[in-house]
Amino acid sequence: MFANYDKIIERISLNQLWDFPGGVHPPQQKTLSNQASIEHLQVEKTYYVPVKQHIGLEGKLLVSEGDKVLKGQTLTTSEAPFSVPVHAPTSGTVTKIANHVSAHPSGIPELTVIIDADGQDTWIELDPVPDYAKASKSELIERICDAGISGMGGAGFPTHIKTNNSKPLEFLIINGIECEPYISSDDRLMREHAWQIRQGIDILVHILQPKQVIVAVEDNKPEALETMSIACQQKINYQVVSVPTKYPAGGEKQLIQVLTSREVPANGLPIDVACIMYNVATCYAIADAIVEGKPLIERVVTLTGQGFKSPKNVWARLGTPIQSLLIYGDYDESQQSSPRFIMGGPMMGFTMTSVLTPIVKISNCILVPADDELPNPEDERACIRCSACSDVCPASLLPQQLFWYSKAKELEKAEEYNLFDCIECGACAYVCPSEIPLVHYYRQAKADIRNQKEEKEKSDKAKIRFEARKARLLKEKEHREEKHRLAAEARKASLSTDGGGAKDKIAAALARAKAKKEAFAKQASNAPHMTDSAESEKTKAVSVSEISTEVAVSQTAQGASPAKDGPEDDTAANKETTEL
Amino acid sequence: MTLTVFALAAIALLALIFGALLGFAAIRFKVEGDPLVDQIDAILPQTQCGQCGYPGCKPYAEAIANGDDINKCPPGGESTIKELSALMGVEAKPLDAAHGVEDVKKVAFIREDECIGCTKCIQACPVDAILGAAKQMHTILIDECTGCDLCVDPCPVDCIDMVPVDVDSSHWEWKFNKVPVGDIPIRQMS
Repeated sequence: MFANYDKIIERISLNQLWDFPGGVHPPQQKTLSNQASIEHLQVEKTYYVPVKQHIGLEGKLLVSEGDKVLKGQTLTTSEAPFSVPVHAPTSGTVTKIANHVSAHPSGIPELTVIIDADGQDTWIELDPVPDYAKASKSELIERICDAGISGMGGAGFPTHIKTNNSKPLEFLIINGIECEPYISSDDRLMREHAWQIRQGIDILVHILQPKQVIVAVEDNKPEALETMSIACQQKINYQVVSVPTKYPAGGEKQLIQVLTSREVPANGLPIDVACIMYNVATCYAIADAIVEGKPLIERVVTLTGQGFKSPKNVWARLGTPIQSLLIYGDYDESQQSSPRFIMGGPMMGFTMTSVLTPIVKISNCILVPADDELPNPEDERACIRCSACSDVCPASLLPQQLFWYSKAKELEKAEEYNLFDCIECGACAYVCPSEIPLVHYYRQAKADIRNQKEEKEKSDKAKIRFEARKARLLKEKEHREEKHRLAAEARKASLSTDGGGAKDKIAAALARAKAKKEAFAKQASNAPHMTDSAESEKTKAVSVSEISTEVAVSQTAQGASPAKDGPEDDTAANKETTEL
Repeated sequence: MTLTVFALAAIALLALIFGALLGFAAIRFKVEGDPLVDQIDAILPQTQCGQCGYPGCKPYAEAIANGDDINKCPPGGESTIKELSALMGVEAKPLDAAHGVEDVKKVAFIREDECIGCTKCIQACPVDAILGAAKQMHTILIDECTGCDLCVDPCPVDCIDMVPVDVDSSHWEWKFNKVPVGDIPIRQMS
């Protein structure tokens, strides 16, 4: 069905690539920020390092408040396979470990380690691998995990999991597309650090042993294409490919389709079509981790948009609050009627809820648009069924149908129309003449479906527990009844063996009790003046306890039930004795 | 005449054969329990809270199968009613307020220094989500708690609160922070 390996190699060498359906050509706006080289920032006063910065589970904290940390020191361990540690971006003191606004569209506070820098910026002792070619695969993968590397292209998938591959692999694809407008962090990284990216690729090749490496760069970045070609020219099975500019060519599935004509199956991974893809920034971080021994504590962030007087790319430590980046990019308040800061690009980014939002591993851009630069999301109008959205959908979905179903909360229908194959690229919303925030509706529907599934799982678990409890209670009851039955049988048996004596004893005890009661009643009627309730209570208690001891004795001897003529007294007495 | 007899005999024979076949199938492929009840039970939220007036989700499922209303389950809310209406082929009605209103998801929380260790809540919990022993402090396993409320009343010292579950970013529902504008235009087309 799909092109085979040789055919793909042939077409790539002739630069005859395939295409993916749909796509849009938004204004690039890359020149705003890609003119100057990446700048280093001064050490901040305070860093906010979220414990979880990737897809998966958060690690366990290793530090506590008041601890001194060094630059690069591990703050969390990764215990579960899907968790990735985070590291201190500079040396200083952990002042607080608390919930802090998260780098997530919701801004819901998440556990964050807040570090006050001491200004020394002292590294921990670095432990590089002298020669990775001699190191074992598992050691390298472990080091990649310990360095805290997760996919830096946007999704934040833990890199060590992707790298731990045992399936047959043909193509290792290095993604230098950066198709989203405005963003130029990967562009600058490729221009300035092509050699280190190449080192990262070499390490991945050593671990993964692919047949062919393809470095894909969009044709709107000729300088990056050239530097990468120079860096990779000595290697025969490395091919640097220029990909026609079209959004979203940088999507994992789209790029695989462009380069190999293969389509990643729904719910599948690229490895199902013998491909694995890494972002160039991830390759850079891998080289840093293995060759230098440095964990991932900083990344290139593009500061762009007309709201910045001097847009540029910077090396920002993870945990830098964006307010300092705003100062660094010379934020121009006059351009915005109300503050609007976007993390990520104009197509897939989200508006941040606070200026204290920290930079995390996946933040590649801070976009501050002027008022008239990006459309206002509140201009949504009715759908006119023009079908422009389905023409541009890179996943060949039916965005309009998905929109109806998502809006009407017909989630099952939306799932039937393959809602989960939507990559949320925003091409549909971009072309929508009614400016409907389509992706937002899809995200809502996806979240609803996920929550419902989770609830279903929970209710299934509750049902199992409920039934287990019911079964247990029933078993206990049966057990008790069985015990009672056996005891009753034993009583009956003992009664029939020497029943005569026991019955006499009971009768005698009852007679005694009755006589005493009568005597007591007589005494009471003889002395009506005795109204001291405490006194009478006392005598009653004494007499009752006397009766009860007798009954108890007879019961323990024979286990007979009390006679019919005084049941109330006897039960009361029994209670009394237990109380006494 | 013979033709009539023959025809009658043939039909009688056929009736016998099919009767035997059906009888065999009825015994051989007998369905244990009511599959409809299980299907309904699978839709219900399994909080076992009894707000529907039945002692648990299964009894309510049985009642629905026997024709009871489908709108008596507040924990399930609108989505459950929708699913039930699709399954039962009846119209979806709004939730019957007599049985309670749909609320945010909550779990029980024991204020532990006030707990006297009476075990009454443990006995009330339908899903064994409370841990504790006589005269020892009790605590709730949040992951197992269904938020059914049944432990609150038996507590003699009122130390159990129902607290709303915090939404984290992975469960966030992408709510619009504005009034939704732009309704579906179908009714404007006429």
